[in-house]
Amino acid sequence: MNSTLEKTTDISGLIAKYKDLPGGLLPLLHAIQTEIGYVPDSAVPTIATGLNLSRAEVHGVISFYHDFKTHPIGRNTVQICRAEACQAMGSRTLEAHAKQTLGINYGETTADGNINLEPVYCLGNCACSPSIRINDDIYARVDTERFDDLMTGLLIEEGASK
Amino acid sequence: MTFYIPQDTTALALGADSVASALQAAGIEPVRNGSRGMFWLEPLLEVATDTGRIGFGPVTANDIPRILDALEADASSHDLYLGPVEEIEYLAKQQRLTFARAGQGDPLCLDNYQALNGFKGLSKALGMSGQQIVDQVKDSGLRGRGGAAFPAGIKWQTVLDTRGDQKYIVCNADEGDSGTFADRVLMEADPYQLIEGMVIAGLAVGATQGYIYLRSEYPVAHRLLNIAIDRATAANFLGDNIQGSGKTFHLEVRLGAGAYICGEETALLESLEGKRGMVRAKPPLPAIEGLFGKPTVVNNVLTLAAISSILEQGAAAYQNFGLGRSRGTLAIQLAGNIKRGGLIELAFGVTLREVVEDYGQGTHSGRPIRAIQVGGPLGAFMPESQWDTPMDYEAFAAIKAMIGHGGIVVFDDTADMAAQARFAMEFCVVESCGKCTPCRIGSVRGVEVIDRIVANENRDNNLILLHDLCDTMEFGSLCAMGGMTPYPVRSAIKYFPEDFLLQDAEGSLLQAAGQGYK
Repeated sequence: MNSTLEKTTDISGLIAKYKDLPGGLLPLLHAIQTEIGYVPDSAVPTIATGLNLSRAEVHGVISFYHDFKTHPIGRNTVQICRAEACQAMGSRTLEAHAKQTLGINYGETTADGNINLEPVYCLGNCACSPSIRINDDIYARVDTERFDDLMTGLLIEEGASK
Repeated sequence: MTFYIPQDTTALALGADSVASALQAAGIEPVRNGSRGMFWLEPLLEVATDTGRIGFGPVTANDIPRILDALEADASSHDLYLGPVEEIEYLAKQQRLTFARAGQGDPLCLDNYQALNGFKGLSKALGMSGQQIVDQVKDSGLRGRGGAAFPAGIKWQTVLDTRGDQKYIVCNADEGDSGTFADRVLMEADPYQLIEGMVIAGLAVGATQGYIYLRSEYPVAHRLLNIAIDRATAANFLGDNIQGSGKTFHLEVRLGAGAYICGEETALLESLEGKRGMVRAKPPLPAIEGLFGKPTVVNNVLTLAAISSILEQGAAAYQNFGLGRSRGTLAIQLAGNIKRGGLIELAFGVTLREVVEDYGQGTHSGRPIRAIQVGGPLGAFMPESQWDTPMDYEAFAAIKAMIGHGGIVVFDDTADMAAQARFAMEFCVVESCGKCTPCRIGSVRGVEVIDRIVANENRDNNLILLHDLCDTMEFGSLCAMGGMTPYPVRSAIKYFPEDFLLQDAEGSLLQAAGQGYK
């Protein structure tokens, strides 16, 4: 509860930064998500007041875009490309494998809170498919074995940071 | 000796950073260039020697010690040695205009850009009237490279002729089509060229503010563009009183948020305004009432980038490339199941077969090619009988296919075309903005009907229903999302009927395919 309050305070600084920017809502939402990891429902009224919008308008924008999350997600976001070039190189097998080994579906987070799995439609890496993105890094030619290595890597990093 | 290792997304995705670290460990600080676009060779290590730039690829960090040894003795003795990079056939056979600089040096180095003819087009434009610039663009025959291929000069003329206290230049960098990456490569390998083109566009139509609407799936391009804009501003190629001309142009990158539909220009404008990316009805055209209701040029990355060379070398030089009404060069992106994928810039008119066979060298899997999808998720699946079609806008339109943004996705003979048709509808379900019914609801029904056909459930009637539905989507949708989703669906049924359990004239099943489906 305390942390939520603190985060709400942080948002007012961001709102001050973006409220006069033409079309500033998307940059603001990105900034909030970078700061907090998601856009809490509790932030919606504050954003609406700050940008002189209705709450419905703010909610409408948050819910329209795939990138914006309204609840806490895993510490690492893993996106698997579902688009055609990756399909032509076996991404359907890869996504089935990912869901099975991580034990989650798209839009879900592993029980340990480590990995959030998401679909993505093209990472612009289509000459060396299948592609996945882990946070801001993109990986090419990811077969099931390489996927497992990368996931193990995330677990090791996680252990090291503890 | 100078060493080059790219900071391009694909090169990084294949381990370019670890190669750079290995070089650093050996006491060498490599230049982080852009990619040449020969992705099957990435990470491509280039070394500037006394006898020119030679290449090694694809390299891993483990290869570095032996490559360094070979460079001391005989470079060609290393098994990853590729010879002089610009003589590699894949690159040497291309006609590079827009991508002439790509991969040559540090994309963020302004001196390097200017040494390679950068900002020469802008210098010329600063001495011209808006109308003179627009005339150059019209004479070049440049058509929008985003997909719709609308003549750029005519769009610009409309914005120039429309009164407005504020006008905008918007770069559509929401390159969402699968199989396309040319915009990304350009932004990562030569961002100043895009910046230059946008400033020239601003001078032409009287716009003082520009936005690059970049998709969030491109974190590397985002970082590089922001640095490039900062440096260009510091060097007064952007901002107020550009190079002492009294002209102003400000530029900002805005990040999308994972919505394919925002590549549609009116949805993009809504998104830039901070709203849901809902498609607007046209008219009014964005050129007349665009961003925040003001006259706005919306062009793709490659269209704007081409402007700088058109101004530099003249409209006629550009016009000389291509055929018919498709002038200049096309950035072909070869992707999917292909041995040698990458970026191929050629004059319009090359055939699909030449691209996939000569450049691509067939599939990555080594199996026969079955289908080729050109132009992204809304493009038709083309069977072998159509691979000799020359790549120009009209020739493709004549067979109900489209070049679009120039992406080519190759599928081998294990592809299940019923599954691909279903995916086309499913993608439309996920990415429809929801404004018009044919797209929003039609796509959902489309998935269901295809499922029934493949399950052999009242197949013949369901096929009729699917065609009906495709008609409704094609003719009733507000934009190309719903309007063209039927293209991949119909082409899959027409050219690969066996995957839909279709029968031949004698009534026997063509093939019990479609079983790998789901």
